[in-house]
Formats: sequence, C-alpha cells, structure tokens
Amino acid sequence: MSNKKVIIEFKNVAKSYGKGEAKTHALNGVSFDIKQGEFVSIMGASGSGKSTTMNMIGCLDTPSSGEYVFDSINVEKLNRNQRAIIRRNYLGFVFQGFNLLGRTSALENVELPLIYRKVPLQKRKSMALEALKKVGLESVVHHTPAELSGGQQQRVAIARAIVTNPLVLLADEPTGNLDSIKSLEIMNLLKKLNEEFGITIIMVTHEEEMAQYSSRIIYFRDGHIEDSLKKGFK
Amino acid sequence: MLSNAFLIAIKEIRKNILRSILTILGIVIGVASVIGMVMIGDGTTANVQQGIQKLGTNMLTLRVGQERRGRAKSSNSARPFENADIATIKSEISNVSAVAAENSSNINVIYSNKSYTSSVVGTSNDYFIIKNWNLSSGRIFDESELNYGTASCIVGSTIVKQLFEGEDPVGLKLRLKNFSCNVIGVLESKGAAAFGRDQDEIIITPLQMFQRKIQGNKDISSIIISINESKNIKQAKKDITLLMQERRDIKPDEDDNFHIRDMEDLLSTMTSTTKMLTYLLGSVAAISLLVGGIGIMNIMLVSVTERTKEIGIRLAIGALESEVLLQFLVEAIVLSTLGGIIGILLGLVIGNIGVSVMGLPLIINTQIIITAFIFSTFIGVIFGYFPARKAAQMNPIDALRYE
Repeated sequence: MSNKKVIIEFKNVAKSYGKGEAKTHALNGVSFDIKQGEFVSIMGASGSGKSTTMNMIGCLDTPSSGEYVFDSINVEKLNRNQRAIIRRNYLGFVFQGFNLLGRTSALENVELPLIYRKVPLQKRKSMALEALKKVGLESVVHHTPAELSGGQQQRVAIARAIVTNPLVLLADEPTGNLDSIKSLEIMNLLKKLNEEFGITIIMVTHEEEMAQYSSRIIYFRDGHIEDSLKKGFK
Repeated sequence: MLSNAFLIAIKEIRKNILRSILTILGIVIGVASVIGMVMIGDGTTANVQQGIQKLGTNMLTLRVGQERRGRAKSSNSARPFENADIATIKSEISNVSAVAAENSSNINVIYSNKSYTSSVVGTSNDYFIIKNWNLSSGRIFDESELNYGTASCIVGSTIVKQLFEGEDPVGLKLRLKNFSCNVIGVLESKGAAAFGRDQDEIIITPLQMFQRKIQGNKDISSIIISINESKNIKQAKKDITLLMQERRDIKPDEDDNFHIRDMEDLLSTMTSTTKMLTYLLGSVAAISLLVGGIGIMNIMLVSVTERTKEIGIRLAIGALESEVLLQFLVEAIVLSTLGGIIGILLGLVIGNIGVSVMGLPLIINTQIIITAFIFSTFIGVIFGYFPARKAAQMNPIDALRYE
C-alpha cells in the first residue's frame, strides 16, 4: 500500500470563519495525505474540525491558508465552477441525510451525476443499473425514496456516488440516521467497494465501531490532528 | 447544455405535477379572466356601435324646439317645419344625399281580428336611404302615391309577425284608425336598437297621406337628413342652421326655435360609456391576474425549502451554478408559457360563451391577449427564477442543510 500514489495532500491547511473578535479557527495548520485505495475514517468530537476537513476534501469549501493538492491539482487556487468540475469528475458523496431527490426513482437519482457529465441516455441507464446492482438494489430501481427503507435510501446514495467511478468516495456520517443492523450493512458495503473495486473512501464518523471498518483512523481535536492510527481491517 | 437543462426541467415539472399545476393555476385564471372580460366588454361596445349605425349613418336630425336636457320645455309652441323646408335643404345645402320628413305617431292597427299598437311614420322614399332600410318583399312608394297621398304602407317585420303570423302581407289591407291601407312592401329586419327599442315595429306611409288622414294638418315636426360623407357632417350642420335661421326669421339676438342633432354625438357618448365598462371589467380581471401572480410567488416561496435542498444536491454532485439556474429558468418559462397558453384558450372559451349568451358580436382583441400573456409569463419567470438564483449562489453545504 505504501507504494500507491498519494491523491489527497493537505499541507498546513488552516480555516477560520468570521472576522475580528468573532473570528473562530476551525482548523489550525493540518497536514496529512491519503493514498489511492485507502479507507480512512476521520473521527473527533463536534467542533474538532473533522467536518471542515471533509468539506474541504470534497471541494465544497476552500482553505484560508495552506495548500490542498488533489491528484496533483492545487484546489485552493480553483474557482467555484472549477471545483464543481472536480466534484463532477473525481468525487462521489454520501451524506448522513441521504439527500436523494424526492419523487424520483432510484434509477433516476443514480443517473443524475451522469446527466451533468453529459453521458448519453442509453449508456446512462446501463451505468446506473450496474451501480444499483453493486449495492444490491437491482430489484427496486423504480422505487422512489419514500418507498424505500433508510438503509435502502443510503444504498441508492452510495450507488449515485460510485456510478461515475470516482477516484474518491466521501462519506459524511453515512450511518448516522440508521439503526445498528442497517449501519453494519452499509459499512460492509463500503468495505466491499473499497476492497473489490479499489475505491478510495474517506468517512467522517463519531462511532468507534464504524471506524473499525477502515484501514486508518485520523483523530481530530480542536482544529488539529491528535492522532493517526494505521490498523488492519476488523 | 440548453437541451440538457430543458430535459431536466421537463422531468422536474412532470415529477412534481401537483406543484406545477398549482403554479400555473394562478396564471391560467388571471389570463383567462382578463381575456374573457375584455371580450365581453369589447362585444358590448361593438354592439352599441352597430346598433347606432343601424339607426342610420351620417344622419342629422332636425327638430322643432330647443334642445333641452332633462325635462323638455313644451316644443309644440314652436313653429313647425313646412314641406318647402325639405326641398330647400335638398337644393341649397351641399353634400346632402337625402332629406325626408319624419312625422310619427303611435296608432292602433288592425288586421282581421288582431290589433297591435305600432309606430306609424309619414315620410318619402328618401327615408329608406337615410335609415338604411331595405325591402324583403314588395316595393317602395311610386310618384303618384307620394304626390296624391294614396293609402299605401310598408311594414316592418314585427308587424308581419304580430298581425300576419309571418305570412307575406303584400297586397293585403291593414286598418289604420278609420281607413284601410294597402300593404305594398315589407322591410328587412334590423333587430333591437342599442336602447332596446324594437326598430322593426314600424309602418311607413307617404307623408301626404299621413298629414291628411292621421295628423289633420300640414305640419312637419322632424326632418332627417343624410350627409354623403361623415367628414362633411359638421359643415352641413352649420349650413343647415344658417339656412333655417334665415327661413324662420330668427334674429341674431334670438335663440333658435329648432335644433340639429347628429349621430356622432350619440355614438361617442355611447361608446365612451361602454369603453368605461370594458376598462372596469378589464381592471377587475387585471387584479385577478395580479392575485394569480401572488399565487405563483407563494407556491415558489413555499417550495423553495424543498428546492434549496435539491439545488444543494445538484451542486454537490457537480452541477455548475449556471446549469442549475438554466434548469430553473427553463422550468419557470415552460410553466408560465403553458399557463399562459391554457389561460388564453380558456379565456377565449369563456369570452365566446359570454358573448354568445349575451348576444354580442365576437371581437378578439389580440393586443390584450398578448399583454396578458407577456405579463403572466413575466411574473412566472421572475418569481420562479429569483428564489432559485438566490439558492444556487449558496454554498452547497448550506443549501443541503437548509431547513
């Protein structure tokens, strides 16, 4: 694993919000890197800077200072649209609240990123079906989110995230809204995607049990990295 | 990129069909009511204009006595006109195409065992020209009938209906007062005039006969004059006034003991009244268009929570701000245009039913249709687009968390 390419590199990244007296520092000069094929968990209490880090990795937010290199691109120099293109081409997102489009079938939800990539209709359908198969939902492709359980909705969200074959899958508390059985199903699915398809996964969680599925855990505290553990899979 | 946005927009509209219907409902009702109301208003105006034109175009009416508003001062005391006045007007005034006396009286007329009270007019053949009367059967008066005052008459369609049960009465005899009268012609129907008076309830007789057998004297109380072109009416009015002042020996410091009215005065008064009606109906409808606009705004604002989340999702998975905006713009345009088109069709249907029920002519006012359409589309686009623009400029993370 050590000879794999580094795809995410934080160099002394800091982030602060507000101005003057009200200025708060969410991140104080954080440096780390993540290699291709890793499954990294980011842990920490709320306000520790883990979500800020996640948003920055996902190109949804920009550093106040420091450098963020994604696949040899300096993200901090990019504008809003250029960052959207990075998201479109290289990243997949899974959120705590699933964030599927309502009244839209699972298949259409999964097709959505492909539409913005201008993939032609027929190819789009087959790619979306394949992604839904990977997450084990081939039987409910025409169901809308309201007709699916929480675990199934999160699987649709994962299918939507992987349908574009992203370099990195970003999961923000993916099991936060699920019961323990469903949570384990989702974690097993993520582990499978990481192992079988080699997708790099970065996951934010506050549950130690879920973090145990990853190959490495980075602990955040008060805006800096407290500890970084490399470990074998559970 | 445009076809892509169009595709996504159509998908969203179809998926959220209830929201889409609610959005366009306001536009539909607004546009439909404006078009329907204006059609009814325009129909009323046209109806009044046509009614007045049926009374006779380019017509001047010369009457004895002063024109008075409200209660008329007894005009009987004023000197009546004479037969010679008619001939003089015809020969001395330029641009006059026809002049006729119009003596009339309401008389009980009898045929067989039926009786009916009708307006009977004593006049000459010029009367048919001035009042735009055509005959549906029979003939107009000949020279000898006019000169000797033969008891001949030409009847309106109401008389045919009431006394002759719709049969052609030419050749039959009608009883007026204490003498009988040969029916020689039937007038074409004109229908009710603008004031609801039945114009077809009329019997036309030669002036000579009318003066002798009905009136009992040689007086003429009213003369109607037809002017060849409407632009000459004002001048003719002046010329006739001068002529009559001279013939009736009116000194410069005396008031006239006659007056002339033209149909233009009447027409403009009546049309300005009905135009007011159109404006009134139109503005009531415009308020409903505005309320419709507010309805659109409400639906758009209510759905903005849901839509903000949608925008956040789209942005997070890699949509550009411009792509999201284009999608919302296309959605707003499609919905508003659709609403506008349905509104126009519905408005035309409502207007059509309205005018046919009220028996008005059908007038389609393209200008109002276009204005209502543009206005509604504009409202739809503004209220659909700007909340979306605000959302699309948000940070995707904030948009996703928006509650």
